[in-house]
Amino acid sequence: MLAFILRRLGQATLVIGAMIVIVFFGVNVIGDPVYMLISPEMDQNAIEATKVALGLDKPIWEQFVYFVSGAVQGDLGRSFVHGEPAIKLILSRMPATMELALVALLMAIVIGLPLGVYAGLNPESRISKAIMAISILGFSLPTFWVGLMLIMFFSVMLGWLPATGRGDVVRVLGIETSLLSWQGWTFIALPALNLALLKISLVIRLARAGTREAALMDYVKFARAKGLAQSRIVGVHIMKNIMIPIVTVLGLEFGSLVAFSVVTETIFAWPGMGKLLLEAIQRLDRPVIVAYVMVVVVLFVVINLMVDVLYSILDPRVRLTEAKA
Amino acid sequence: MTTTLRQLALATAATLALTGAAGAQELKVGLSAEPSSLDPHYHNLSPNNMLTEHVFEGLVNQDPKQALEPGLAESWKAVDDTTWEFKLRRGVKFFDGSDFTADDVIATFKRLPAVPRSPSSFAPFIAGLTTEKVDSHTIRIKTAAPAPLVPTNLSTFGIVSKACAETMSTEDFNALKCQGGTGPFKYTEFKPGDRVVMERNNAYWGKKPDWEKVSFRFLTAAPTRVAAMLAGDVDVIEGVPPSDMARLKTNANLSVVEELSNRVIYFHMDHFRETSPFITAKDGSPIKNPLRDVRVRQALSMAINRQAIVERIMEGAAVPAEQVLPASFFGTSKTLKPTAFDLAGARKLLADAGYPNGFKMKMHGPNGRYTNDTKIIEAVAQMFTRLGIDTELETIPPANFFTRASQGANGEPEFSFILVGWGAGTGETSGSLLALLGTFDRAKGSGGANRGRYSNKTFDDKLAEALRTVDDAKRAVLLAEVSEIGMKDVGIIPTHYQTNAWASKKGIKVTARADEYTLAMGISR
Repeated sequence: MLAFILRRLGQATLVIGAMIVIVFFGVNVIGDPVYMLISPEMDQNAIEATKVALGLDKPIWEQFVYFVSGAVQGDLGRSFVHGEPAIKLILSRMPATMELALVALLMAIVIGLPLGVYAGLNPESRISKAIMAISILGFSLPTFWVGLMLIMFFSVMLGWLPATGRGDVVRVLGIETSLLSWQGWTFIALPALNLALLKISLVIRLARAGTREAALMDYVKFARAKGLAQSRIVGVHIMKNIMIPIVTVLGLEFGSLVAFSVVTETIFAWPGMGKLLLEAIQRLDRPVIVAYVMVVVVLFVVINLMVDVLYSILDPRVRLTEAKA
Repeated sequence: MTTTLRQLALATAATLALTGAAGAQELKVGLSAEPSSLDPHYHNLSPNNMLTEHVFEGLVNQDPKQALEPGLAESWKAVDDTTWEFKLRRGVKFFDGSDFTADDVIATFKRLPAVPRSPSSFAPFIAGLTTEKVDSHTIRIKTAAPAPLVPTNLSTFGIVSKACAETMSTEDFNALKCQGGTGPFKYTEFKPGDRVVMERNNAYWGKKPDWEKVSFRFLTAAPTRVAAMLAGDVDVIEGVPPSDMARLKTNANLSVVEELSNRVIYFHMDHFRETSPFITAKDGSPIKNPLRDVRVRQALSMAINRQAIVERIMEGAAVPAEQVLPASFFGTSKTLKPTAFDLAGARKLLADAGYPNGFKMKMHGPNGRYTNDTKIIEAVAQMFTRLGIDTELETIPPANFFTRASQGANGEPEFSFILVGWGAGTGETSGSLLALLGTFDRAKGSGGANRGRYSNKTFDDKLAEALRTVDDAKRAVLLAEVSEIGMKDVGIIPTHYQTNAWASKKGIKVTARADEYTLAMGISR
C-alpha cells in the first residue's frame, strides 16, 4: 500500500513539472500581460515601468528560473493582477468551489442512483422511458443555457430562490461554508443542480446498465429463490456490484466538477476558483494560472488515490499492491 | 414627469418602510467588473477607481459629465504658468478621527510611485511635479513646464491619511486595515470574486448619502446581471447590454437611464509603412500602402454607414462619432460632423487616388473587448467590400490582440487596419489626441496608443501649444483646432460613441455618468 502511494506521488511530481513548463511558456506565447493590466491611457514609459515592476522585462527563461527557485521554496509567485500570493488567492476561493462540487456530487448520487436502479429493474415501464429521455436531455443541453433557464424559472418567474451569489456564509474552523444555514442552501441549490445535471444523467445511465446486467446474474436468482426480500436483493446484492463503475466515474468526475465549474460559477456569480481562473486567463495572470494548474493536478492525484482505496473496500478482491497505476 | 416620479418614489419609500426599516437603507448594486484590489493606489483600473471614490476622496472630483469640481480641495488656481495653488478643505476628518491636512496630500504623492508591483501605476499623473506645503491647508505644486492638466490629473486618485500612506501595504488595504479615508462611505467587507460592502460615514463633511449600507456585487456575466436585476437580487445594475435594453425598458418595475460615454470606437490605419503587411492588390501582388493617401482614408470613412451600425448592431446604444470624444466634452470641435455615408463619393475618391478597382485588405479586431466588437468589424468589412476593397477579417482574443497590435514580431504594430476603442478617463480631449494621434515618441511620451503611427507635424505643434496653455478657454479653442486637423486628415476613422446604461428598481434614481462609474452617492430614493 505504501509503495503504491509513493509511486503515485512520484508520478504526480512528474506531471506537475510537465504542466508547469507547458503552462508557463504557453501563457507567454499568447501575449504580453502588460497590455491587459495597464490603463490604456499610459504611454510607453509607463508600460516599461510596469514590466520592470512585475519582472516581465527579463527574458522568459530567466523568469522561469526565478519562478522555479521560488516554487521549490513553496512560493508560487504573486498574481500580476491582484498583487497577492497566487496560492492564497486560489485557496481562499477553494472552499466555495469544493462545496459546490460536493453538493453537486451528492445530488448526482441521491437523484441519479434511485432513478437509474428503478429504470434498470423496470426497463419497459413508461416512467423508466421518461427517466431515460430526461437523462438524454441532461447530457445534451449546454450548461450555460440550462443555468440561465434555471435562473429564469426559479428566480425570475417563481421568485423561490435567489438568482446569483453565495449569500451569507458561516465560518467553521476557519472555513466559510453556506451549508449550515437554510439561506445558504437556497443560494447553492440552483448552481449545484446546474453543475450536477450532467452527472445525474451519467449516474442514471450507469446505474441502469449495471442493474440490468446484475439482475440477470445467478447470485440474484439464487437470492430470490432463497426467498430474500426484494429490498435486500436490490439494496445489498445488486447495489454492491454496480457501485464499482459508478465510484470510478464519479471519482474522476468530481475532479472535473472542481476544475471545470467555470461556466456554472460565472453564470451564478459563485465566488469560486473557476471564476478566478477565467479572469486570470483573460488577463494573462500567469502566476495564478500556473498555481491553479498545480492545485488541480494535486487534486486529481488525491482523488484517484481515494478511488483506489474505495475500490478495495467495495470489492475485497481488489488489492492495491496489484493495481498497476 | 417629475411629480409622477416623486409620487412613485414616495409610494416605494412607503412600501419599503412597511417591509422593515433595516432593509430599506441598504442598496445592492450589480457591477460588471471586479476590482483587482482595494488599495486606491495599486492599479489604475476603472472598477478600482470607482470604488475608491466612495472611500478615499480626491483633491478634485469629476462630475457626471466629467467636468472638474472641488473635492478635498476647496479651490485651486494657477499662480503663474508653472505653479498651481490648492486650498484644502478645512474641518475634514479621516475615519480614525484625525484631521485632513496638507501633510496627508504630500504623503499620498509620495506613496503613488512607491506602491510595489503596481500593474498600472498612478505615478505618471504626478510625474515632474514638486509639492510644497504653504500652510496646513494650502499646497503649491510646481511644474517644470506649463501644465494645464494638473487639476485633471489630480482628479484621478484618492487621498489617504499620512498614517496609511506610510505604513500600509496593498494587502493591508485589501484587509480593510486603513482607516485613513474621508469619503461618504467606508469599507466593511471585501470578498474577492463576490462583493464589496460599505457603510455610511456618518461624520462625512459633505452631503450624506441616502444609504446606510451599500453592497456591490460582482456580476461580471451580462445575462447574470440582468437576471439578478429581474429576480430582485439587486436594486441597480450597470452595463445593461444593448440586447436586453428594450426588454428592461418595457418592464414596469424597472427604470433605465442612459448617458453618452467617453468611449469612442474607431479604426487605426497603418500610416507608417511603405508597404503594409495585410494589404495587397486584388491578385495578391504587393502594392504601395494605399492608406498613406488621405483620399483613400476619406473613402474608407465615407463607406462606413455609421447610422446602420448604431441602429442595427448597437441597437441604439451608441451615437455616430466624428472625433475622439463627444462634442459635450472639454476641448472638442463643435463644427465637425460624423462623415456621411456616401458610397458613390467614396468610389470616386478611391478612383482619384489611383485605385479604381480597389485592393485587398485584411482587418483585425479584438473579440469580446468592446460591446459587439466582432459584429461591428464584420459589418464594416462588408461595407468596404461594397466599396470595392476585398476585405477579409480576423478577430483575436484581446490578450493576444493588444500585444500584437502594439508590439508585433519586430516591436512595431503588426496589423494594417484595426478596430479599437478608447475611453478618455480624464474627460477632456488632450489625453486622447496625444495618445492616439500624436507622433510616436517614447521620450516625449506621445503616441502611446498610436497603433497606426499617424504623424503630422502641424498636429503635433498645435497640440504642444495647447498643452502649454494654462488658460482653459484658450486651450479649449486650440484643442478643438487640433481635433479638426487630425480628423480632416483622417488620422483615425471614428465610428461611434458608446452609451452607458443603468437599470434600477422603480423609485431608485441613478445618476448616469459619462465615465461608466456607478457611484452610490449618485443613487437616491
